[in-house]
Amino acid sequence: MQVLTRSIPLLITGLAGLVMILSAFFPYTSDWGKIAGNFFNIIAAFAFVLGGGNLLKIHLKKVSDQSEGWGYSGVILICFITTLVVGLGKLGAYPNPDFPNVRLSGETQTSGAFWWAYEFVFKPLTATMFSLLAFYVASAAFRAFRAKNFEAILLLVTAFIILLGRTFAGVLVTGFISPDGPLGGLRLEELSVYVMQVFNTAGNRAIMIGIALGIASTSLKILLGIDRSFLGSGD
Amino acid sequence: MIKLLANLDRRWIFLAMALCVAVPILVIGLTGKTIPETPTPLAEAFFNEVDTAGESKGRRGHVLLAFDYDPASAGELSPMAISLVHQCAQRGLRMYFMSLWPVGPQMIEESITKVINRHYPKLVYGEDYVNLGFKAGNEQVIKVMGIDLTTEFRTDTKGTPLRQIPMMAGITSLEDFDLIAEISAGYPGTKEWVLYSATQYNIPMVSGMTGVQAPLMYPYYPGQLKGLLGAIKGAAEYESIVNVWVREQDFAEALISGGMDEAKAQVTAAKLMDKPAQVSTWTESAEAADLDPKTKAELIAIATAPIPGEFLEGQRRMGPQLFAHLLMLLLIILGNVVFFAQRRRGGQS
Repeated sequence: MQVLTRSIPLLITGLAGLVMILSAFFPYTSDWGKIAGNFFNIIAAFAFVLGGGNLLKIHLKKVSDQSEGWGYSGVILICFITTLVVGLGKLGAYPNPDFPNVRLSGETQTSGAFWWAYEFVFKPLTATMFSLLAFYVASAAFRAFRAKNFEAILLLVTAFIILLGRTFAGVLVTGFISPDGPLGGLRLEELSVYVMQVFNTAGNRAIMIGIALGIASTSLKILLGIDRSFLGSGD
Repeated sequence: MIKLLANLDRRWIFLAMALCVAVPILVIGLTGKTIPETPTPLAEAFFNEVDTAGESKGRRGHVLLAFDYDPASAGELSPMAISLVHQCAQRGLRMYFMSLWPVGPQMIEESITKVINRHYPKLVYGEDYVNLGFKAGNEQVIKVMGIDLTTEFRTDTKGTPLRQIPMMAGITSLEDFDLIAEISAGYPGTKEWVLYSATQYNIPMVSGMTGVQAPLMYPYYPGQLKGLLGAIKGAAEYESIVNVWVREQDFAEALISGGMDEAKAQVTAAKLMDKPAQVSTWTESAEAADLDPKTKAELIAIATAPIPGEFLEGQRRMGPQLFAHLLMLLLIILGNVVFFAQRRRGGQS
């Protein structure tokens, strides 16, 4: 069983990784990369089915055990199954004009129950969830954004520059400074771009280079079989 | 007062934020007025890169439009996606739409409906634009598209095989595009397109993104990203550039069809665009003496025609943003007043 649970997965990982690295550096091997990529896409498509199955399993169990919050699981199951049925069955979708007599030839992006659910349920719900952030950020700004020390003061000053510079308020506050004059760079809209392009870029580049080096070393450890935690064996 | 502020119920803050967002939306909706925008170099670079797509190869630009976002971030990203399609359509570029997000096709459909179907009905599907739809696989899709695009996309969203679509002739991989224009809300998005296409195949790329993502993408500008639009502010700046440019183009076209030579028409159009309110007076001046009455009437009509609402969404949303930001600043100041007052009294913050 060690062969099936450890050796073969390690071999597949090592080979796939090696192929992807080679295909990135040697044009002759680019087709190998394409084949590995196709395998990945097929597995990714299966992952959708696995994900759906897993969702069903977890929430069916919660409903069956009537554990805490099982009602929410019921809502998830109803929504999931309804969406799946109307999407796969293309309920109410106009047939494809090229194939009017072929069942399921219609598309669901502009018509049918699936489109309706997207337009009038999914879209407003997700937009509402995202919009709620504005309220929580405002509350957090009042309660947590305090000038407790020097670093916090720097953060506050930056926040003021960005918040004002990213709106017309920046133009109103520092509009008296000539944009072409020697002090033009002190206009808030210019300062906000400067903060983003210089301080932010410098910090982020350092972080990105660090992350990239970390990813490279971790990837090598995985490909060489040194790090086997992804196998779930606890090694 | 300090005690009142210290114990302020957060529902008052929520109410203030709701008013700061709702009142400007209503006022802008009723009056139609928007806040003026001064474009930053990043938005100008974005516009210029789209404007010159395909010029180096001396052909009509082939632009891959990747819309990797969903309704949650459509408030920020839809206006820039619409302006992008607006510029591409006006410029006569070939548009290849695709998405790595499951609900991306709906975002694409929205842009096509609002821009192409309403304002550029002469554009032909399959010749001027094509919708390749969604493909699962995240960055792996980009990698395979770099080698062989037809492996990933065998048909468009309507089920038509790519070989039957005229504008797909000669398109075999990412290298056949003149520009990648990405609208991104997260993963997979701008970073993946930069890493696996723009850098690897040296393809010019521009990107619009959410405000949360923008600081992380600045390091790629202007090397890997030739233009960058951050959040609704970037969208509003880009939108204003595109709107001015489109109107200027309309002026130039009217002048050329009225008999003016192209070079002079371009200069005159730019001049008219500077002061559109004075176009009517200009048509009476000696400079416009050679123009026939029909052209003059057309110029006045262009100058006075309202900009369609869908092309003002970004600028409209800057109103609520202005007041929400001011409220945030006020709250930060008040929070600190409470903090220092309590510290002076020896209380806990």
